Amino acid sequence: MSDNSSLRTPSQRIAWTATIVVSALVFVFLIAPILAIMPLSFSSSAYLTYPLPGLSLRWYDDFITSPRWMNALKNSVIIGVASTALSMVLGTLAALGLAQWKSRLKPLVLAFVLSPVVVPGVITAVGLYFFFAPIGLTGSYLGLILAHTALATPFVVITVGATLQSFDTNLARAAASLGASPIEAFRRVILPLILPGLASGALFAFATSFDEVVIVLFMAGPEQRTLPREMFSGIRENISPTITAAAVILTTISVILLATLEALRRRNERLKAGG
Amino acid sequence: MTAASSTQTEVPLKRRLRRAERTRQLKALALVLPLLVFLLFTFAGPIAGMLWRAIDDREVRQVLPQTIAALADWDGKDLPDEKAYAALASDIQAARTSGTLAIAAKRLNYALNGFRTILTGTSRNLKAMPEAGTAKETLVKINAAWRERSTWTTIKDAGGPVTGFYLLAALDLTRNADSAIVAAPPDQAIYREVFTRTFLISLSVTALCLILGFPVAYLLATLPPARSNLLMIFVLLPFWTSLLVRTCAWIVLLQSKGVVNDSLHWLGIIDEPLRLIYNRFGVCVAMTHVLLPFMILPLYSSMKAISPAYMRAAASLGAPPVTAFLRIYLPQTLPGIGAGSLLVFILALGYYITPALVGGAADQMISYFIALYTTETANWGLASALGAVLLLATILLALVYGKLVQGQQVTGGMKN
Repeated sequence: MSDNSSLRTPSQRIAWTATIVVSALVFVFLIAPILAIMPLSFSSSAYLTYPLPGLSLRWYDDFITSPRWMNALKNSVIIGVASTALSMVLGTLAALGLAQWKSRLKPLVLAFVLSPVVVPGVITAVGLYFFFAPIGLTGSYLGLILAHTALATPFVVITVGATLQSFDTNLARAAASLGASPIEAFRRVILPLILPGLASGALFAFATSFDEVVIVLFMAGPEQRTLPREMFSGIRENISPTITAAAVILTTISVILLATLEALRRRNERLKAGG
Repeated sequence: MTAASSTQTEVPLKRRLRRAERTRQLKALALVLPLLVFLLFTFAGPIAGMLWRAIDDREVRQVLPQTIAALADWDGKDLPDEKAYAALASDIQAARTSGTLAIAAKRLNYALNGFRTILTGTSRNLKAMPEAGTAKETLVKINAAWRERSTWTTIKDAGGPVTGFYLLAALDLTRNADSAIVAAPPDQAIYREVFTRTFLISLSVTALCLILGFPVAYLLATLPPARSNLLMIFVLLPFWTSLLVRTCAWIVLLQSKGVVNDSLHWLGIIDEPLRLIYNRFGVCVAMTHVLLPFMILPLYSSMKAISPAYMRAAASLGAPPVTAFLRIYLPQTLPGIGAGSLLVFILALGYYITPALVGGAADQMISYFIALYTTETANWGLASALGAVLLLATILLALVYGKLVQGQQVTGGMKN
């Protein structure tokens, strides 16, 4: 242990060892369930137990050939991409505005903009259900995209806002003094610099929509069921190994999102350290 | 530029600067505006609509307009007069023709069990409009309930246009025939228990998260960055894994023929499978798993900000390690503990999916009932009233949370 040098007394060493042991157990608690269901998706048997009687890809085959699951995957991607795009536009504009806006009302506006994250999903879902049903937006893609955009935009505002905070406004002024129009300055100076922040915001937004299930439960018709929605009914009825295959696919997507985000963060930190 | 200067060349400049600044501020506001309008339509508006439904009470007034009008000046002390009976008979006839009687029957049945039967039975037996002056006699003959004062006070109370009925019901209260607020009948008084349960589950999960999260956050904050960044993956991976995947994983692990029971059986520790899921235990385990990162991340960032110099100073001044930890380190983590605990508690309060999938009937939290009354029984007033109570609790706690994280750089909870 690199910082054992500071642990001089035996009691300190015991406390440190206890911290490590407890933390290790918590890490197991956090990771083990996710790891435990993965091998089951490769089982040749329909029972979700160990040891595996044999290996097979039949549950993945099941997933890919099932119109229900493939439709759900397609819906998740459509709704995720569309709400990400919409929340990026709204969220980036708002973050740019909030960075310049000075007013006593600002904390209030910020709290309002971020509130969709805190308000319980069921409340948002019930409100939207009552509100969208009379205007024909329940059971439609548009309704789900609008709802998911509302949930995802706070993450864009936070991520892009954090990037703008570390952005040197003198660069924008320099661009202006060299004769760039505001739009040109944004496109050629500001945008390239905040691009990693925008990408992180987009990933957060996509992950939010991709994982959302409460609003989908209330508002989606049979045509708009997403992956988490199909998993919800699958778990309700009877957990088949196909669900574990779906779980592995979803987790793989999460890992890719997380890895991309981490790469962006590292790049950003390197740039900051360099500048 | 000195503030007192008022020479002719500087005043216009000052004004010009101020004007330029004002334009800049307006432009900034214009950038935020699209999002504000969007959220008004897709978030604030719908929630305001839900809150309105918690007090909206126009169904009976629309179906039985004459009756409500006739009861307007009734003092509620004795039975209403012949005029009210005639109005009711006329309303029932009209509602039967337009097929709207069921709407009023449903609403009145919430307030008085069995009202639906009274109303539909009366409608069925009321062949024609009773002759003038005989409405009371006719109706009472059809159903003796029309001789009860409580039948009429129920209609009057449901006359709207707004009501406290649903909000009172959400707190297990009701109005009696003398419109005093009293405890609801036992078969309807379930919500205080549900709120208590929601509160207790959230509290247990928060405590579990704190106990499990504290050592982990401490370890991550103490280790050198290269190692703690690696271990952080153990926290972030579950954080990013779909809620449904994690819930599914716990069911696979904990069910009676699940991985945990099988292993324990194989090891010879148990003979009969333990009941680990579809009960309170399963709910707490799965919710702790989902919410633990929300505790670890704010704790970690508050611990990261504590300079090791403090502990070294305490040690050099002769404080034993335990004393130094309790009196120097722990107090500095309190804002992080507060922020993490509040965040986990707030998120736990509104939980729906996890208890719905891994809980039994006795483990359902308030969100379950809101969902149930919205989609299954369509008692929208009650669903909205329960939602209003949950929303109020969430907002109050969020305000405390906001105060707590203000001024300190704890960004926990916002996925970063």
